[in-house]
Amino acid sequence: MVNIISAGQPTEEAKYEQFMKRIEAGEKIEAEDWMPENYRMTLIKLISMHGISEIMGALPEKEWVPKAPTLKRKLGIMAKVQDEMGHGQLLLRVTEDLMKPLGKTREDILQDLLSGRLKFHNVFHMETKSWGDAGLIGWLVDGAAIITQTNMLDASYGPYARALKRICAEEVFHAQHGEAIILALAEGTKEQRAMVQDALNRWWEALLMFFGPGDAATTGTSKQDTTIKYRIRTKTNEELRQDFFTKYIPRVLSLGLELPDEEMYFDKEDGLWKYQQPDWSKFKEIIQNKGPKSNERLRLREIAYSNNKWVIDALQH
Amino acid sequence: MGRETEDMIVNQKDMLQKEGYLEAVTHLLFQLADDDFILAYRGSEWLGLAPHIEEDVAFSSISQDTMGHAAMFYSLLEELGAGDADKLAHARLAKDRKNAILLELANGPGTYLNEPQYDWAFTVVRNFFYVQAKKVKILSLKNTSYQPMAEAAVKVNMELYYHLLHWKTWFMQLIGAGGEARTRMEKAVTDVFKDLGGLFSQGATAVAFGENQLIDTEEQLIAAWKHEMTPIFDSLEMKMPKKFGMEKGDGRNGEHTQDLEAAIETLSEVYRLDVKASW
Ligand SMILES: [Fe+2]
Ligand SMILES: [Fe+2]
Repeated sequence: MVNIISAGQPTEEAKYEQFMKRIEAGEKIEAEDWMPENYRMTLIKLISMHGISEIMGALPEKEWVPKAPTLKRKLGIMAKVQDEMGHGQLLLRVTEDLMKPLGKTREDILQDLLSGRLKFHNVFHMETKSWGDAGLIGWLVDGAAIITQTNMLDASYGPYARALKRICAEEVFHAQHGEAIILALAEGTKEQRAMVQDALNRWWEALLMFFGPGDAATTGTSKQDTTIKYRIRTKTNEELRQDFFTKYIPRVLSLGLELPDEEMYFDKEDGLWKYQQPDWSKFKEIIQNKGPKSNERLRLREIAYSNNKWVIDALQH
Repeated sequence: MGRETEDMIVNQKDMLQKEGYLEAVTHLLFQLADDDFILAYRGSEWLGLAPHIEEDVAFSSISQDTMGHAAMFYSLLEELGAGDADKLAHARLAKDRKNAILLELANGPGTYLNEPQYDWAFTVVRNFFYVQAKKVKILSLKNTSYQPMAEAAVKVNMELYYHLLHWKTWFMQLIGAGGEARTRMEKAVTDVFKDLGGLFSQGATAVAFGENQLIDTEEQLIAAWKHEMTPIFDSLEMKMPKKFGMEKGDGRNGEHTQDLEAAIETLSEVYRLDVKASW
């Protein structure tokens, strides 16, 4: 066969240029549209990690679901954790569509998680110790998630942007749910107040790490430049962390809590919060599934998988 | 307020004065509340461990409804002066609980935090049989002499349609699949029947329930349950035993297992840190 490039068939470069023009003009890319391989792979990596993090993120809070101290709290936290599983489901569907041309399925995503190829968010490798943690996760971890997800609401990939819109709407309720738990504790007995302060102290470093390192120099790699180039996100990790401080530091203080970082202050000169860096070598460990609870949480997913394999086999019958 | 409503409220007050009526209503409400509460708790332990993510979402939604029903029954008890609803749910000892033993049994080996080797077949059968029994009871409660309970029954009934459909689908699908799934399901069915009698038991209070027109008799409820279940069993070529067992005892009379003790310890862990505090 003779290789002919006909006038109607643009070259890869032309397609790429056309694609970049579209996203730079604010157009949305849909699942069936042509997209550069690198864009597809970036999305698959980002959204599968986001989806699996929602699912793994249900686990730390789930530890407190059966233990919630009142009927109202039991109902509230059950609904909240259910939402997180729902987010996971929604995002895995978006990923499945992107993976279709590669011949991969949800099964592959779950296998990649269990084998360690697919990472889940660093914050969900941490340990929970008290009911205060259940409140703090809803309030500040979901609060942080709102900030990163809002940053991608206008993502160039349409299906992701739409999923995020739904997720963000629910996240607002999650933050309120967490704040209500924290408020009850902060206004409660001496022991209850101590429970919140202790939770904040223990989660502080994880909250700083939540947004990822400021630049690639910290950990060797960073995807933030690629995702900004492709119009998936707009702000850098550090800008998001600063937004988080601006929103939540006043709230933390107004509850009468102490900041775990004594040296932290807002610098009026450059308009930035100055804070002590977390130990980024710990971050590197955590994202390699060497965090305090990485193995236990992965083990739970592994059990859910192996223990119910007969069910899945029967459904495919 | 209409004349009829006024009459009804006067009647209700009269009835609560009647010898033994309040006690009988209280007992029945405890049976209903404790059943839903402990099963919803068992459901909440499954969160994140179900066979697939869609099921995690659906099962959790059912568990929330069920926990909501428990909360409603506990608040009816609170209105009758039995005590604070949260206290009733969290602070009572196993021997004071009235739930059927079938519902308190652990989901399988392990705990929800450590090596939960939970049994999906047992969960499907227990939930399906329970929801059908609950449906039969709730229909009977629509005609109960205690009006607030009749109103609660109407609300609960609206949500049961979906619960029943959900568990029936699983039941039919897994047994219909044959092979290992059918073997596992048949074993679960046999196990559940060993204690299914406890769901219908009205314990030592059965006579008082009848005298006060609170709910149909155990025999009537069992007959109604069998009537609904027989076609399903027939279609799957499964046999239903003539009599349902109560091998581990009658929860309505305060007989319980170690599984319930352990569950109470977990579900009240935070509550017990300070029972007077507001959480
Ligand atoms: Fe979420
Ligand atoms: Fe959330």
